[in-house]
Amino acid sequence: MEQYLELVVNDLRERFQVEVETFRDEVSVFVRPEQIVEVCQTLRDEYNFDFLADLTAVDYWPQQEPRFHVVYQLYSYLHNVSLRLRVPVQGETPSLPTVEGVYPNANWYEREVWDMFGIHFDGHSDLRRILMPFDWVGHPLRKDYPLGYEEPQYTFNFHDIERKKRRPRE
Amino acid sequence: MLQQMEITVDELRHLFTERARAGETMILNMGPQHPSTHGVLRLMLELDGEVVVNCVPDIGFLHTGVEKNMEAKNYIKAAVMVDRLDYLNTMGNNLVYALAVEKLVGIQDQIPERAQVIRTILVELQRIASHLVWLGTHALDLAAMSVFLYCFRERELILEIFELVSGQRMMTTYIRPGGLWRDVPEDFYDAVKQFIDYFPRRIDQYEALLTDNPLFKQRTVGIGVLKKEDAIRWGATGPVLRGSGIKYDIRKARPYLIYDALDFDIPVREEGDVYARYLVRMEEMRQSLKIVRQALEWLKKTEGQPVRTPNRKFVPPPKSELAHSMEAVIHHFKYWTEGFKAPKGAVYVAVESPRGELGVYLEGNGGPKPQRVHFRTPSFANLQLLPLLAKGHMVADLVAIIGSIDIVLGDVDR
Repeated sequence: MEQYLELVVNDLRERFQVEVETFRDEVSVFVRPEQIVEVCQTLRDEYNFDFLADLTAVDYWPQQEPRFHVVYQLYSYLHNVSLRLRVPVQGETPSLPTVEGVYPNANWYEREVWDMFGIHFDGHSDLRRILMPFDWVGHPLRKDYPLGYEEPQYTFNFHDIERKKRRPRE
Repeated sequence: MLQQMEITVDELRHLFTERARAGETMILNMGPQHPSTHGVLRLMLELDGEVVVNCVPDIGFLHTGVEKNMEAKNYIKAAVMVDRLDYLNTMGNNLVYALAVEKLVGIQDQIPERAQVIRTILVELQRIASHLVWLGTHALDLAAMSVFLYCFRERELILEIFELVSGQRMMTTYIRPGGLWRDVPEDFYDAVKQFIDYFPRRIDQYEALLTDNPLFKQRTVGIGVLKKEDAIRWGATGPVLRGSGIKYDIRKARPYLIYDALDFDIPVREEGDVYARYLVRMEEMRQSLKIVRQALEWLKKTEGQPVRTPNRKFVPPPKSELAHSMEAVIHHFKYWTEGFKAPKGAVYVAVESPRGELGVYLEGNGGPKPQRVHFRTPSFANLQLLPLLAKGHMVADLVAIIGSIDIVLGDVDR
């Protein structure tokens, strides 16, 4: 682990009691959902991690509990190091606070995670679907969402297909 | 009858100003079928006369579920899907996926030198080809038609080189985990040499048409200014970031392939407008030529060396062995049907694509299929800046701004 990163990780351990994992020289820090905004704020303001490179999620259904991990990839221009934050979130329709206030570009990434995984970001300014159509049912990148295809809907089979479509559960 | 979940006006209210409700401003739909949005990008514009008050991009028309599909395939078969993301940067997509898989299984130090050199040459040629498409369409948007024709003429030469090495012009899948599909043919050296000797004159020609052209400058100078702080805060990368005065290029900051041994510069401009991004990309093409020239000489020195890792676990056996070795046949069969297993763990690998930081988040679960593949695509990240850049400009300038961000919708929607 690079020296600077070691310093950052040790400080995070002390202040937030996080767990740290290293794989192929890449450092992942496990953060609890309620801490994420504070951790991001600390990393940006005190340790110059000013670039949120990526934000995504992973689904471990059915093997693991908690089911989802939200993954943040941070980078520091000044020190040329990157750090990954992992946030395990509980439940079927989990939620965690948004980091939009710290990194404005999280806006679209969080919308994508909401669209694809159904993970809710509390306090997000515009949490709508981004890639799928607005009336889509389900969250495609969940592991229990089948990998299928959509039958083309023509005039002659319009109603047949309409009847078979999945509806919102409530 | 058709039941749809209606989206109510209230849900979209926060996107526009109060003036829109009062009828003072107009909401105009632009795209998704519009020649200057460079694909299927839809914009909802709030206009005060001809001035853009607000701009809301609507994307997803080209979403094909590549990530979901890749999770259902093994690591080798998934490789063909990555070309389809950013169809102007196919070699670069293959490269970043190959690097990620190699890092995940731990063979990143076993890739032979010759493979690295060929990868570098092809990726840099691809950068030139992609910039040519950008330059052509960007100039076309600004009514400089002849540049478009010249650019596509030169791009064809690069695609012919790709066809020479891989048999395909665009969807090459030539760079694969573990090395390359095969060695380059004999006439590869001459073909590339011919191109790099011919091309510098052409860049001068494009510049003669545009750089000092008063019409072009009126449309680009001072338009869509991105301030340095905003570029960092909003996570811009690539020429958009460098056009705003930040000298950051992954090829220099975290070198991969053979970039740390090559001599090249990172062009930077301070202004942050459309014209600055234009100048950065033009200079980048020159630097790419410089890289290709050096790598081509290097290629000569590696004549006869292998282009795949010697670790047979991750590459298929050579065709010559299949005729007389039973083990090779078994291995060949197992390799193509079952694939190889990757350990539990996650890696994030990023390369400098023509548009910016192209990253792959790849997570293995101990089996032959990935648990999660995520592409951090530069177009998606940079497109997010559009509302910020467009505010206060004319609709006609919006066209110039979209062109200057250089988005590829296949890359945005994945």
